[in-house]
Amino acid sequence: MGVVMENEVTPPTNDGKLLCYHCGETCQNECLQVDDKFFCCLGCKTVYEILNENGLCSYYDFENNPGITLKNIVENDKYAFLENDKISHQLSDFISEKQQNITLFIPSIHCSSCIWLLENLYRLKEGVNQSRVHFSKKQLTLQFDPTIIPLREVVETLVSIGYEPQITLDTHKKDKVKKEDTSLLLKIAVAGFCFGNIMLLAFPEYFGFDDVNSELKQFFSYISLFLSLPIVLYAASDYFKSALKGFNQRYVNIDVPIVLGIITLFSRSVYEILSQTGNGYLDSLSGLLFFLLIGKWFQSKTYQGLSFERDYKSYFPMAINKLIDNVPTPIPVNDIEIGDKIIVKNNELIPVDGVLLSDYANIDYSFVTGESIPVRKNIKEYIYAGGKQRGSSIEILVEKSVSQSYLTQLWNNDTFTSQEEDSNTFINNISKYFTLAILIIAFSSGFVWYVTDPSKVINVFTAVLIVACPCALALSSPFTLGNTLRVFGKLGLYLKNTSVIEKLSKITHVVFDKTGTITYNDQSQIHYDGVELSSIEKEMFSSLSSQSSHPLSKMIFKYLDEKSTLNVESFTEIIGAGIEGIVKNCNCKMGSGEFVLEKNEVNNIIKETRVYISIDGDVKGCYLIQNKYRKRIKSVMGQLSENYGLSILSGDNDSERERLKQLFLDTTEMRFNQLPDDKLNYVAELQKQNNVMMFGDGLNDAGALKQSNVGIVVAENVNNFTPASDGIMDAKLFEQLPALLKFSRSAKYIVYASFVLSFVYNVVGLSFAVMGNLTPVFAAILMPLSSISVVLFTTFAVNFKAKNLF
Amino acid sequence: MLIITVLILISVAVALIFLIAFFWAVKSGQYDDTYSPSVRMLFDDEKNKNEETSKNGNKPKS
Repeated sequence: MGVVMENEVTPPTNDGKLLCYHCGETCQNECLQVDDKFFCCLGCKTVYEILNENGLCSYYDFENNPGITLKNIVENDKYAFLENDKISHQLSDFISEKQQNITLFIPSIHCSSCIWLLENLYRLKEGVNQSRVHFSKKQLTLQFDPTIIPLREVVETLVSIGYEPQITLDTHKKDKVKKEDTSLLLKIAVAGFCFGNIMLLAFPEYFGFDDVNSELKQFFSYISLFLSLPIVLYAASDYFKSALKGFNQRYVNIDVPIVLGIITLFSRSVYEILSQTGNGYLDSLSGLLFFLLIGKWFQSKTYQGLSFERDYKSYFPMAINKLIDNVPTPIPVNDIEIGDKIIVKNNELIPVDGVLLSDYANIDYSFVTGESIPVRKNIKEYIYAGGKQRGSSIEILVEKSVSQSYLTQLWNNDTFTSQEEDSNTFINNISKYFTLAILIIAFSSGFVWYVTDPSKVINVFTAVLIVACPCALALSSPFTLGNTLRVFGKLGLYLKNTSVIEKLSKITHVVFDKTGTITYNDQSQIHYDGVELSSIEKEMFSSLSSQSSHPLSKMIFKYLDEKSTLNVESFTEIIGAGIEGIVKNCNCKMGSGEFVLEKNEVNNIIKETRVYISIDGDVKGCYLIQNKYRKRIKSVMGQLSENYGLSILSGDNDSERERLKQLFLDTTEMRFNQLPDDKLNYVAELQKQNNVMMFGDGLNDAGALKQSNVGIVVAENVNNFTPASDGIMDAKLFEQLPALLKFSRSAKYIVYASFVLSFVYNVVGLSFAVMGNLTPVFAAILMPLSSISVVLFTTFAVNFKAKNLF
Repeated sequence: MLIITVLILISVAVALIFLIAFFWAVKSGQYDDTYSPSVRMLFDDEKNKNEETSKNGNKPKS
């Protein structure tokens, strides 16, 4: 526990740079100081001041620099929609006149300071009665009095201290996952309880105390029988259900031989006890189920903070402002109808397709294409859903409803409606043959004994079924895959469940999305082409670009890395074109070819992003903005191409084709200008011959991710919103991709090796059973021994392999 | 030998009590979040007196 109870200023320097007291980032251009503390931006400083006023500064005591950077400041009336009663009701868990309960998802919860501050919210705002953090789910449960403090104000308070909740269409209806977890836990408890007690009662038998009086012996067996009932009826219920389900769908899954074993064990034990011919195998039965259930639990590791099921609804806002009699009124997004006029504010997502009614818009389609540079749209142009408006509010005439819009249509595709159950796992493939082999051995040995000694037929027949019960076999896969899942999780690849690992090991073709997946999302490469600039000129353009918040201006400002102290006069920014201003009595211009060169035809041929600069009409040159590819991409692709087919799909134009050709081999297929549907169809086409793995990052890849056998999302920050997928990968892990895939293949071989191990045990056990020599004690030793050794083997093998590879 | 019978019954009964206690713990959600309680415990120690006064003033019972 890193609780430090001292109140000193944290050493503010790191490599000679000042660190923000609130968020721990290096203070770059500006540096604000309050008391002896430094802050990187106004946002951080404000939060500190709010906390300081309310005596909540122990926030900073639990962890160093716990705060969340507030550089992305939120629009004032972003949460106005929370005043709408219908929406407020929809979001709340409970609502009455004087009390309202709500559960919010807050992705920025990350340390113990967060818990402390959020749970002390009542000291910050009157009316908040109680707040509870669920750390692993990153949820905050609030109880407040809506007459003192309305929901909107509660949320805005949270935003003001850096904990912005994610309120989307999706958040209010997902609390259904939890139940199964606890029932499994309870079953393990019951099985463990019965196993322990039955084993205890069987001890006299193990040690062969013959002098125990027979009445007592009988009493022991009756208690065991009584204790075994909850095991068969409750703890084993899932196996019965699953075997029956398999039977109905006409395939033999691994649960069939297990159920066969359980039934035989139980009925023979009941017979022996009631007829007083023996003590039965109840200890083996309970041990078997106890181990099996533990295996199941080990396999069911989940990452609570991450969601693998998001669809477009999670991206869309809860509400949108509709113009009713020229007054903007918030309405739920689902209530938008064709013909409505809606207002989209700065940074808001456009939820529907429509026609622009304002003069122009500046739309950032980074959610859809991964491309962060906004696109200019003019009046009467058609606007697709999924973009974000940057700049002043725009008005849109709705042309299509939410579910029929360009982006959301993707989810009407069959891929999203069909629910396939994957029965084609290692273990189910083997279990068919296993069950058949066991039945053949049981019947044939029964037949042999029928000829030689008919009195022992039933004995031998059941003994074969009992000892062959595939406990070790059934454990090998959950433990190997469960361990592999954990290793991946530690590295930063979070998979939905263990069956993804099996699918990973079968992959033959890998498809990459370009923007944001193999390129950095937040970094670009800038290349200057033109007349050499003097340092004065550089400073002039640096000062000019510092005036604008357009992403391109910011990039160039960063690239120039110059002081920006010069005074800029009569600065103007023309959205979608460029910026100009008078610096040192010179008229400086930066922007598109059209804007700076004052010609129209230039843009038609050039496809990459260029920013031209000129001083007093004299064109100096241009900046070429190119994607920056991830580190070591060439060696990653080189290694991958040895084992897999590779393809690249891009929503962009083909301006990068030549650069990509240098990074990839000639065999790599590249497709440009791909719409979300095209990507999906391309993957489906490939799947006719291959097992396809897809790497993507944005909503536009959602269809292809879903269609592919394994769809992985690459994210700079795994807590960010990601589309539905089989797994989420930390972008830092990209260079280890070949090793990751190799590891998933080795998991398959480890499962096979442990199959062999459990077969050896089965052969030993079966040879005893066939001879008619299986005693309860022998079964009680052999079965746990085989299970434990398989578990140990797989655990060591997986971790050994992981050590070698990473 | 009667004593053994009684002892066995008692031991099973005691074990059963613990099983029920475990059921209760799971059902009441004590295993839902294993991180925040461990941290929360440390907070309360810190400014107990302050809390007490502000609780009386600020926290109406619901």
